[in-house]
Amino acid sequence: MKVQSAMFYFPEEVIEHIFSFLTHHPDRNTVSTVCKAWYKIERLSRREVFVGNCYAIRPDRAAARFPGLRSLTLKGKPHFADFDLVPPDWGGLAGPWIEAMARSCPNLEELRMKRMVVSDESLELLAHAFPNFKALVLVSCEGFSTDGLAAVARSCKSLRELDLQENEIEDRGPRWLNSFPDMCTSLVSLNFACLKGEVNLKSLERLVCRSPNLKCLRLNRAVPVETLAKIMNQCPNLEDLGTGSLLADQFSEAYVSLISALQKCKKLRCLSGFWDASPLCLLAVYPICANLTGLNLSYAPTVQGQDFINLIQHCVKLLRLWVLDSVGDKGLAVVASACKELQELRVFPSDLFAAGPATVTEEGLVAISTGCPKLNSLLYFCHSMTNSALITVSKNCPNFTRFRLCILEPRKPDPATNEPLDEGFGAVVKTCKNLRRFSISGLLTDQVFYYIGKYAKALEMLSIAFAGDTDQGMTYVLNGCKNLRKLEIRDCPFGDGALLADVTKYETMRSLWMSSCDISLRGCKALATKMPSLNVEIINEWEAEMEENLNNGVAEVISNNNNKHINNGNDERKVEKLYVYRTVGGPRTDAPDFVWTL
Amino acid sequence: MEEMQPKLLDLIPNERGWGVTANDREMVIGGGFGVREEKKLELRLGLPGEEDWNANRKKTEGLCANVKPSFSLGLFGAPQTKQEAGLITGEAQKIHAKADKQTSVVERKAIAHAATPPAATPLPSNSRAANAPVVGWPPVRSFRRNLASTSKTVLEPQKWASGTCAKFENSTKGLFVKINMDGVPIGRKIDLKAYDSYDKLSSAVDQLFRGLLADQRSEIGTEKNVEEKGRAIQGLLDGSGEYTLVYEDDEGDKMLVGDVPWEMFVSTAKRLRVLKSSDLSASTLRTTSRKRAATEC
Repeated sequence: MKVQSAMFYFPEEVIEHIFSFLTHHPDRNTVSTVCKAWYKIERLSRREVFVGNCYAIRPDRAAARFPGLRSLTLKGKPHFADFDLVPPDWGGLAGPWIEAMARSCPNLEELRMKRMVVSDESLELLAHAFPNFKALVLVSCEGFSTDGLAAVARSCKSLRELDLQENEIEDRGPRWLNSFPDMCTSLVSLNFACLKGEVNLKSLERLVCRSPNLKCLRLNRAVPVETLAKIMNQCPNLEDLGTGSLLADQFSEAYVSLISALQKCKKLRCLSGFWDASPLCLLAVYPICANLTGLNLSYAPTVQGQDFINLIQHCVKLLRLWVLDSVGDKGLAVVASACKELQELRVFPSDLFAAGPATVTEEGLVAISTGCPKLNSLLYFCHSMTNSALITVSKNCPNFTRFRLCILEPRKPDPATNEPLDEGFGAVVKTCKNLRRFSISGLLTDQVFYYIGKYAKALEMLSIAFAGDTDQGMTYVLNGCKNLRKLEIRDCPFGDGALLADVTKYETMRSLWMSSCDISLRGCKALATKMPSLNVEIINEWEAEMEENLNNGVAEVISNNNNKHINNGNDERKVEKLYVYRTVGGPRTDAPDFVWTL
Repeated sequence: MEEMQPKLLDLIPNERGWGVTANDREMVIGGGFGVREEKKLELRLGLPGEEDWNANRKKTEGLCANVKPSFSLGLFGAPQTKQEAGLITGEAQKIHAKADKQTSVVERKAIAHAATPPAATPLPSNSRAANAPVVGWPPVRSFRRNLASTSKTVLEPQKWASGTCAKFENSTKGLFVKINMDGVPIGRKIDLKAYDSYDKLSSAVDQLFRGLLADQRSEIGTEKNVEEKGRAIQGLLDGSGEYTLVYEDDEGDKMLVGDVPWEMFVSTAKRLRVLKSSDLSASTLRTTSRKRAATEC
């Protein structure tokens, strides 16, 4: 008893110091709920905030609560936006967040955003509002151009990191690279691999020359071998390199220069890019392969067959490998024999519609599991899979935390037995106790969901497509997966019964996505009525479009306050796309006319 | 918009004539659009085979007016997003977006009445419908989709020319090459990206030089009638005219214009010349057959 009351006599500074050892967000969230004093200390000392859904809280409120914020991470659109299931102009605007931070958190140093819409104006504001700004990381974002990048480059005096991953960036010319001022020498990480246009090569070379701390550099396809060689000669301490185009004549001076430059890079651990890689250019890479821990060949369809095998057999320390399925089962077998430390493997499809001959099959996956028992993260696209292969894989690799299997043809059964793949995926959840992320495909009945609900206790994110028979399937998952945070479902026969089976569950989750399922407006309305702390949003594009066309192209703005469509009496209409998420921010104020909040 | 579709159908007379694989993304512009739609509505058995699924996926969303119920799988697609712009040039993109918007209403009305819950129609695994393109499937980001559709057209790496600025082909930039004409001292420059066929190029050349040529003639000879000015330059491509169009390729060889597929021509032509047909001889031109064998994919 004495010890417990002693806590109240600790000065705030001591408690704050204790809190500084809590780096895990959920832990900090928990301590803030203990008492008012702790809430206050925690919020004033908080330096990093992670907002998994940018609509879960109003930007102003987040900024006001954490005035000492240094690092903010935001995620916008639902995951299925990556696959064009979310219409453009849906939302996820970064502007309000950057404005709120500019008003309340001037010490912001880092901003990480994923699937958000960022404008050049917002980037301009960012560049001027935060004098200590150090790191900007944009993943799968859109809405900005190279002019916005120029603003950031120009005005962020101590910029350390500019990391652009798979964004849609409007190219307004190569001048943006010139915007880094001459006195800018602080760059540690620069990634512009996703830029489609030309780059001013001289500017790039000069920038690299005056950045002695550069550890990570990922170039885009417009940078030729000649420039790459010059750059490599300038930074022998580089740890992470994304090459530009590797198209070169083997006898050219550029190629020879590249070979010698690469050999000097003793610290190089991670390689990507490899656009247009000619087999001969790959030879330049062999000397450094032995030390590589990360290799991304997924943008290099030219690296296959024997070229791939020759390369990969040297990569004995590899932890992370991303490839295209054109490497084939044969290539994967070599990976299995050479890369004993492998932890993460991603195999992407080179032929999206399974129209050609099968490239990788279950054999490749089984070989990998046999050779690489440390494997814990998998993304595998293939033409077909068998139950026995999956059972073998899970026996070999019980440590999966992320397991995503995509069979290209929807609802495809086990070709050996013609049965569903319930048992195979069931084996994965039974064996892999630490499974946090799971994506399933192929022919699946309610049975696989029974297994998931029963065994996948650590599961946080589940992606389902073209699976299940009845509402019971979804219900198993909602009832069983205690740690579920994100559930995304498309083209499954789950209806209102499943949706309403456990409505309080959604308050424990970040979000639910259901598209092309069997839910009706009535069911969604019922959910909204029962759970006011959730935003229940419906995306109905064709109705909005019909309205527009009826008015001869004069777009009639259907605001959320206008219940004309929602309440015109036909609640049995099927809902095309449903997005449900918990929030303290109330209904969205920026929803477009095709998004209805119930 | 209805009148747009017949026009698009006419653009490429014989889709298969050039022997280019259907995955060539440039084929999507113009003619591939309408012609592939016809094939889409055909009843066929067997594996899908040669079609450009990536392009078709986007087109079927917009254009299938009479859609079989099994096509209702996930066809409540979004209109084209900006992410797909990477695959198509600016003009074509606008056409597609407009067409999608206009006709998608018709399509969705039809589907709304015909739709059955997706799982209720069990699909045999080897049926064509099972392989029909579905929106957002397979779950691959747009960056990778673009790569997957163009990976089949990767040819032998060409000789790489040195220079301080990377010669990176950006589909929105122009490709200007010099063009000279016999008898005209001043050359012109022409943007090959502005055209999508040899016929268009030929008439553009005619427009460019017609006036200049007439001026030259009237200077040299005695005054001609006004009719002489602006006499059309015809038969550039088939040897039937007074002049013939030739080009110099990236290996420095002089070639007759019109032999290879248009896209291959655009990527290898370095300059153009309009020669007097009478000046052409077998020795000044390399035969194309050997070259074609080497570069065909």
